[in-house]
Amino acid sequence: MFRLSLRRCPRLEFSALAPIWVFSLSLAIGPQAAAAPRVPASDTQVLDRVPARAADPRVRDLQALRAAWRAAPRDVDLSVRLARRYVEQAAAEGDPRYIGYAQAALTPWWTATAPPVAVRVQRAVLYQYGHQFSEALADLDAAVLAEPTNAEAWSWQAAIHMVRADYAAALRACSALAPLTSALLATACKASADSLTGQAGPAAAALAAALEAAPAAGPEERLWALTRLAEIRERRGEGALAERAFRQALALGLDDVYLQAAYADFLLDSARAREVLTLLKDGARADVLLLRLALAAKAAGDSRADGWARDLAARFAAARARGDTTHEKEEARFVMALQGDAPRALALARSNFAVQREPADARILMEAALAARQPEAAGPAREWLQAQGVESVVLQALAGKLGATK
Amino acid sequence: MMRWWIALALALAGLAPAQAHKPSDSYLAITVADDKLSGQWDIALRDLDFAIGLDADGNGEITWGEVRAKHSEIAAYALARLAVRGDGAACAIEPGPQQIDDHTDGAYTVLPLTLRCAKTPTQLSIDYTLFADIDPQHRGLLNLQALGLTRTAVLGPQAPTQTFELKSVSLWNQFVDYAREGVWHIWIGFDHILFLLCLLLPAVLVWRSRRWQPVETFRDAFVGVFKIVTAFTVAHSITLSLATLGFVSLPSRWVESAIAASVVLAALNNVWPVFHGRRWTVAFAFGLIHGFGFASVLADLGLPREALALALVGFNLGVEAGQLAIVAVFLPLAFALRRSGFYRRAVMVGGSLLIAALAATWLVERVFEVKLLGF
Repeated sequence: MFRLSLRRCPRLEFSALAPIWVFSLSLAIGPQAAAAPRVPASDTQVLDRVPARAADPRVRDLQALRAAWRAAPRDVDLSVRLARRYVEQAAAEGDPRYIGYAQAALTPWWTATAPPVAVRVQRAVLYQYGHQFSEALADLDAAVLAEPTNAEAWSWQAAIHMVRADYAAALRACSALAPLTSALLATACKASADSLTGQAGPAAAALAAALEAAPAAGPEERLWALTRLAEIRERRGEGALAERAFRQALALGLDDVYLQAAYADFLLDSARAREVLTLLKDGARADVLLLRLALAAKAAGDSRADGWARDLAARFAAARARGDTTHEKEEARFVMALQGDAPRALALARSNFAVQREPADARILMEAALAARQPEAAGPAREWLQAQGVESVVLQALAGKLGATK
Repeated sequence: MMRWWIALALALAGLAPAQAHKPSDSYLAITVADDKLSGQWDIALRDLDFAIGLDADGNGEITWGEVRAKHSEIAAYALARLAVRGDGAACAIEPGPQQIDDHTDGAYTVLPLTLRCAKTPTQLSIDYTLFADIDPQHRGLLNLQALGLTRTAVLGPQAPTQTFELKSVSLWNQFVDYAREGVWHIWIGFDHILFLLCLLLPAVLVWRSRRWQPVETFRDAFVGVFKIVTAFTVAHSITLSLATLGFVSLPSRWVESAIAASVVLAALNNVWPVFHGRRWTVAFAFGLIHGFGFASVLADLGLPREALALALVGFNLGVEAGQLAIVAVFLPLAFALRRSGFYRRAVMVGGSLLIAALAATWLVERVFEVKLLGF
């Protein structure tokens, strides 16, 4: 009994540091919390903006659909249509609240073990928004088993397998999807997986050819194919070709946050931070774009850098307060580049890489491991790089540096 | 028309969609102070617009006038979805005049609350179902301040009812708890007691002409003991504080082994004296190591974030009180017996050898992580 004072140093460290962590967190959200409640000066003062139903017929359509659903909330077709519309709305506006509204539409089946196929597919989509990939795949597997020609289910399967770096499974989903979709999308699906498994050259060529062959494809379809092509080109170090694909995609004139973020990253890597500030001048509301703006402002010595960094810190703190961990990749980049806290960035990047394994996830993990001088922490990313034969000039250079530090 | 290719595009483009806003949260603060309960509930205007419609003219702009016109409807809607119970009995909640505040994702209505419970609660239960039917991903971020402690919790459909104990965790009670733990630890921490005893045994003697001889006066014995205890105390307080505050951290296997070694050395020094004049320096040097041992006990107890220094001081004072109790019993007894051969041979030499043997066994156990003794 006199040996009771043994062990447990790590816990000591943790509990001793906890108050400091809490303190810095409260500093991070401090400025906001300090904003005092107020009584607006006039009734005409605009406090917030919401979709305008008076001017936008799409908003009215959605409201009509919602009203119909409210009258029959257990109707499978109405519920699935409403959920799908909300998912599309989330993508268009970038507002995750719509994902919650979509979940509400599926309430009667949310915890059911075997809901109708259409419900299962929508439920999987909502699961993946919360990074619950296993649950999502279970629903999608069941959906394609029951309905082998369900293209939507196959697309989501391919997408989730890609993110989890299971390229063989992604390719299987792409082949199942091929006869159910256009040649351009079939090629793009396969090229996405091929480009990360040692076939980047042929994948880029095939995708470029498929784009040539489908000039009449819809703009959304072309935008997506061009974005993927640009990324493959960029990874291969073909800067001029990547730039051309990015510009063609932007020229389609659609608002696409993912494309803007990818092009901004390309510009940041090319030391063209000033162009990012112009490109994203209207984009400060989306977190992913605000991150690029802040990075660009810092690189360019722009005076707005500090303000944007503060806004980002507040948004990440708000996400953490509700227990949300789906922004770890962005937060890791933010913490490393704008707060200079390499160990914390590394912890975030590691945790993120355990869930998502795309080139960007590997990159932040390797960069953070280098900055924190813990090269061994990047092990999973280097293994992924080697095992798959990923072709990426940037990632290979990072792996080389990590190997040299070891 | 099936728009699944948009899904594919979005999905293959990186899944996590661009998030212009965060998911829906409300901020619920409840304060219990001086028998009074009050609260403030910040709810996003866009959420309220979705639930009960604020944008009366549908132009996409929510104005203060439109919000003001709906104040009573907002309060009724929100309070129908929040229930607070004190010790099982429902508390009445009254809304106050609303204001506006901004959070990261837009403007919020600020709803002040006055809570009336039958008596000042020792246990508070909160049922939270705001927006649960229209947005299951909505969460209420609770900040509960009571009796000097702040608690946070995430309310929502994943845990619709949550209960919080508000029992008087007064600072004084906390202090006494930690002090008691300190006393208890010295009392059951044989390694610390034996180390102290090894240093105290010779305090009533003096090493003269290559043998131990009794000191003349009680004052001499007292001064010797006083120096040793003070040095040990100062030293372990330093390392206890440094370790607890996170400035220094040593592997506990190393610390525990060094503590065992310190007992062996102190005991052997009584039999074959190397240090005899300035034993307080030995007490100081080894006291530094014992402090790390105390720190790991304190860490295991769990430290209150709000009262780290208080816990540290309380625990340390408890350790000192335990020590003084041992000294108070030991010193008069040893002083009385100091001239006897029993004390000088059986207690001083025999006892020290026994202690050395016991501590050597601990040392082996701790270094090699094996168990040799059955107790």
